[in-house]
Amino acid sequence: MIRLQNIHKSYITGTNKLHVLKGIDLHIKEGELVSIMGSSGSGKSTLLNILGLLDNHDEGVYVLNNEEIKSMSETKAAKLRNNLLGFVFQSFNLISFKNAMENVALPLYYQKVSRKKRNSLAIEYLDKMGLKEWAHHMPNELSGGQKQRVAIARAMITQPKIILADEPTGALDSATSIEVMDLLREINQSGITVIIVTHENDIAHMTDRIINLKDGVIESIVENNKINHTESVKIPLQE
Amino acid sequence: MFDRDKWQEIFSTIRKNKTRTILTGFSVATGIFMLIFLLGAGRGLRNGMTSVFAQDATNSMQIFGGRTTKAYKGTPEGKRIQMVNDDFLNLKKSIQKIDAISAMSYIPGAETISYKNNFGNFNVSPVHDTYKEIKNFDIIKGRFLNQKDLDEHRKVVAIQDEVKKVLFPKETALNKYININNIKFKVIGVFHQSSFDDNSREIYIPITVAQKIFNNNDHIRRISFTLNDVSVEESQKIERQITYKMADRHNFSKEDKNALWIQNNIENSQTFAGLFSAIEMFVWIIGIFTIVLGVIGVFNIMMIVVRERTKEIGIRKAIGASPGSVVGLILMEAIFITAASGYIGLIAGVGLLEAINQFDIIEKVYAPAAIYFLDPQVDLGIAIGATIVLVITGALAGFFPARKAAAIRPIEALRDE
Ligand SMILES: Nc1ncnc2c1ncn2[C@@H]1O[C@H](COP(=O)(O)OP(=O)(O)OP(=O)(O)O)[C@@H](O)[C@H]1O
Ligand SMILES: [Mg+2]
Repeated sequence: MIRLQNIHKSYITGTNKLHVLKGIDLHIKEGELVSIMGSSGSGKSTLLNILGLLDNHDEGVYVLNNEEIKSMSETKAAKLRNNLLGFVFQSFNLISFKNAMENVALPLYYQKVSRKKRNSLAIEYLDKMGLKEWAHHMPNELSGGQKQRVAIARAMITQPKIILADEPTGALDSATSIEVMDLLREINQSGITVIIVTHENDIAHMTDRIINLKDGVIESIVENNKINHTESVKIPLQE
Repeated sequence: MFDRDKWQEIFSTIRKNKTRTILTGFSVATGIFMLIFLLGAGRGLRNGMTSVFAQDATNSMQIFGGRTTKAYKGTPEGKRIQMVNDDFLNLKKSIQKIDAISAMSYIPGAETISYKNNFGNFNVSPVHDTYKEIKNFDIIKGRFLNQKDLDEHRKVVAIQDEVKKVLFPKETALNKYININNIKFKVIGVFHQSSFDDNSREIYIPITVAQKIFNNNDHIRRISFTLNDVSVEESQKIERQITYKMADRHNFSKEDKNALWIQNNIENSQTFAGLFSAIEMFVWIIGIFTIVLGVIGVFNIMMIVVRERTKEIGIRKAIGASPGSVVGLILMEAIFITAASGYIGLIAGVGLLEAINQFDIIEKVYAPAAIYFLDPQVDLGIAIGATIVLVITGALAGFFPARKAAAIRPIEALRDE
């Protein structure tokens, strides 16, 4: 589903050049539940943004769903994001003047689904998240956990192949974090690839595979509690 | 553009951000309101002034006898030039472009006019029947003098509505006899004339009758005539032609500017037209300025809106909004707000003009000014033109902010502060 080879990414701020990703090689198969860990500033979000087509990589090869991602138009990227990917963010990123249902329905607006149909679908997804009664509430009337579940419903409504979650539990207490993780695991069990960036060990251990980032390179990959070193998981581009 | 869903999305945004929308709309609404109101008021002023100053047809001229200021062929200066019927007949024959021509004499002595116990002092003007084509008045009842009245020396009279009010406060005037210097004249018509002299109270009788029974001579006080489509230059040529002719007939110098007074309304109306165009232009400039300010207001607010909505736009892009759709969202909102608030301003402006017209507001506020203000209207073309300009400027005002919004990268918008 996702294949990265020698991905580099630098940020240029003023005269400084900050080399954030220094050659990432990674293969994530369809239906995997993967977490990315690492200390603050190690480049986790940067990597996730590249995976999510929210940012471009400078160097290397990125193949997403059998399609090589090179510099592409924003319109094409938007379409791919809309069809293939779903995002869950630490700070929820709901639109404040839209109610829960409208927030969930919004991705379908960009797929030109009729208003009636997308609203009823949104209610259906909110129901799956146990939030049917909250459909007409504004985001500021919801708790953190509820907001995150609305955001997950929004990510799910387009039936994406991949869910990318950047610290989805970062703003939640531990009990709520477990609930959200259970939800993401459930989603994963329905066949969707889920990639979670997290700080927290216990969250990471709820996933199939932990990718440890350090200073812009993959330090290690922990699989079912077994440690593999980076070198051993270099994957050829052709399978 | 006419995608219903798109509009619903825009409306829901507008509805949920009312303050912003109202603030944006207000500046545009005031702009267009000012433009429409000023244009209408300018037009009203023009109509009013025209109706007041154009009581004489704008293609007319009037000649009065004056006093010479130059000695000529043995006659010392200061001679009074008295026009007579022959002058009238001569001009009538010799000036080809003349359309209608009428002389006016006068009656000596106090002009006390009475009917039964009602009386008043009115201005009695003996004229030809053709005078109605030179002076713009509306016949309300009956008719004006005609050829037969003049030929047969009929003692008939046409009176102004103001005169009718005094002499016939409670009855009809037509076919009644009024006394003019103790001679009975039959009322054949009542007319209305607009004039800048509010107290004008005119009475017209056949000039032939006046010369016979009041003056016993063939003196005339002035000659009025209209000309068939002549340019200002031509009218000035005719003016000179008349001076030469009359100088010949009355023995005064052609260079004497005071022997004969010629009022050239063709020239005057051109001056007025120039003045009115200047006023109208001034109004346009002010109006356009206010609209430009309104548009700058929209532009500013849309820029702020884009900054405020950076995060929202980032979210929309992350979940699949293309740059095009983001441009559309901002642009349409700008266009919609300008168009809608412009429309409100338009309605308000037209409404105020209507109200002024309907309820005679100027009359109530400051009556003497009222006659200078007539039919303050904005024509449909200007209203539609203004609306189109607004939509275009709304689009322009939204364009740069929209482009800025479209260039926002989703990560930038989503980065946690
Ligand atoms: N748009 C940007 N411009 C310049 N520098 C950036 C930009 N985004 C990230 N960085 C820098 O790149 C480095 C990696 O950032 P990134 O957000 O990927 O870290 P992270 O692993 O997600 O950290 P955290 O756990 O704190 O979220 C940081 O030093 C950060 O300051
Ligand atoms: Mg991060």
